[in-house]
Amino acid sequence: MNILVCISKSPDTTSKIAFTDGNTKFDENGVQYIVNPYDEWYALVRALELKETIGGNVTIITVGNTADESIIRKALAIGADNAVRIDAEPTDAFFVATQIAEYAKKNNFDLVLTGKETINYNGSQVAGMVAEFLDVPFASQASKLDVNGTTLTLEQEIVGGLQIVEVSTPAVVSCAKGMAEQRIPNMRGIMAARTKPLEVISPSAVEVYTSFESYSLPDAKKACRMIDPSNMAELVDLLHNEAKVI
Amino acid sequence: MKALVYINTNHFAAKASFEAVTYAKKLGGEVTVVAYGNAAGAEALGVYGANKVLVDSSINEADNQQITRLVASAVEATGAEVVIFSHDLVAKAVAPRLSVRLKAGLISGAIALPETGNGFTCKVNVFSGKAFGNVAVKTAVKIISLLPNSIQPENVGGTATVEAFNGNVGAAAIKVVDTKKPEGSIPLPEADLVVSAGRGLKGPENWGIVEDLANVLGAATACSRPVADIGWRPHHEHVGQTGVAIRPNLYIAAGISGAIQHLAGVNGSKVIVVINSDSEAPFFKAADYGIVGDAFEVLPKLTEALKNFKNAN
Ligand SMILES: Cc1cc2nc3c(=O)[nH]c(=O)nc-3n(C[C@H](O)[C@H](O)[C@H](O)COP(=O)(O)OP(=O)(O)OC[C@H]3O[C@@H](n4cnc5c(N)ncnc54)[C@H](O)[C@@H]3O)c2cc1C
Repeated sequence: MNILVCISKSPDTTSKIAFTDGNTKFDENGVQYIVNPYDEWYALVRALELKETIGGNVTIITVGNTADESIIRKALAIGADNAVRIDAEPTDAFFVATQIAEYAKKNNFDLVLTGKETINYNGSQVAGMVAEFLDVPFASQASKLDVNGTTLTLEQEIVGGLQIVEVSTPAVVSCAKGMAEQRIPNMRGIMAARTKPLEVISPSAVEVYTSFESYSLPDAKKACRMIDPSNMAELVDLLHNEAKVI
Repeated sequence: MKALVYINTNHFAAKASFEAVTYAKKLGGEVTVVAYGNAAGAEALGVYGANKVLVDSSINEADNQQITRLVASAVEATGAEVVIFSHDLVAKAVAPRLSVRLKAGLISGAIALPETGNGFTCKVNVFSGKAFGNVAVKTAVKIISLLPNSIQPENVGGTATVEAFNGNVGAAAIKVVDTKKPEGSIPLPEADLVVSAGRGLKGPENWGIVEDLANVLGAATACSRPVADIGWRPHHEHVGQTGVAIRPNLYIAAGISGAIQHLAGVNGSKVIVVINSDSEAPFFKAADYGIVGDAFEVLPKLTEALKNFKNAN
């Protein structure tokens, strides 16, 4: 099975979130980038498990600049076979999806996997856009994925429950918790990653659909009001009369 | 601006639907709703400002390709300039497809009405709720996926006409083999009130006191990530940066330390109550009301106090 896994970088989850240039840019000062957890823990690892059981190839693709090669090497160290970097700043989801879809179209993948969202922009946009560009089915937020020939069996979250569905390949699947367990790369993987093929491709021109103009931070919380544990009637009263939430 | 709102099948009476229609109404133009399946109850959306509800009753179940075709047909039929979704699991699959199909910029996770003075920008949640972004859309048609609990539904007392609609939805590519919907539970992302607990509860057998409180309040239940990871609670209850992001009116957290990744998913809550035996727990810094105490004693007392309050009111 020929699998393409889309990976994105995201700031380490403990990063301090701040902005520069008059609040128009994310402040990267001191920020450590990681592979977006959903892409790494679920999409990539499940792709590798499928390859290990039924054979095939796992290609990873990211849209980013040279600095992003560290996340590519990490994904290769975990076990992907080869990597593609579209050499461009990932300005919005439409831009990223256009680049990935173009590459995918030319390379006949049976399966395109992504994480369910990135933890920085939380857009859940790229996978669905790629599916529409490729005109293939899209199973979103899957927590299980099994393959039987050209049939995929998936478990996915739906509004207020779970659904078991079947889809034929080629298809796009976005991966959520439950799909696989995080893998820590070992020394052999890290060494091997250095020599695995990494293809760098120039982006194609794309019309700008959306752009982030500015950012802001939530207002600081006022001090927490402490309540005596033996006086829950007081809490109920405050929630009703002061906070007005019950 | 002329707006089109997509509503999930059989969701004409859902709060998230009222919010989406209210949002569309506030854009100032005609509001059309599009849905599929059973049209019963559709006219009720008139109360929130819908002028017309288009229902394609040729299907009762639809995959995201079919819904994309349905909404695209409705955009064509109505000339809508803005398409509104409630940012749920269906929208997360359909809205991106529609963006490509209609060549329309997509804003996901909007938390406010757009600013249209100079272009078209909208405020969204980013960095899992740790910050906000202002996104500009440059395309003629715009798609907005609205985070639940971002706008108060407003009763404008109107009426909507319900019309049969052919959305040219085509065949389904995704075959549904089985559906599991837990009865009576409140979907977490839409809940107004949430009771959540963490590793401080010590084991799944102790969740009775959490559920008792949730039942008295009519709240949904949630948990921290380790609790879902060890299997004490189902995955869909996991909130935080790598779980569900929620913004209820009230979030009560018991036995949760308040790690930065946990806070990321819940700090959009209007009011946060923290119950923790450790007065140094970081969660108190993000809380509105705090109780230093043993959750095993505090939760039942709070449940009692709420029962008394409910009986008296
Ligand atoms: C990449 C990454 C992503 C992550 N994403 C998430 C996420 O999305 N969501 C999430 O929740 N976590 C996430 N985490 C984990 C996070 O860092 C914390 O480890 C986790 O939130 C801690 O869960 P907890 O508060 O339940 O447990 P603990 O940290 O063990 O805290 C338990 C708390 O209970 C209190 N307690 C103990 N006994 C009692 C009692 N009897 N009564 C009252 N209080 C008591 C303790 O004082 C303590 O504060 C992530 C971590 C990483 C590295």
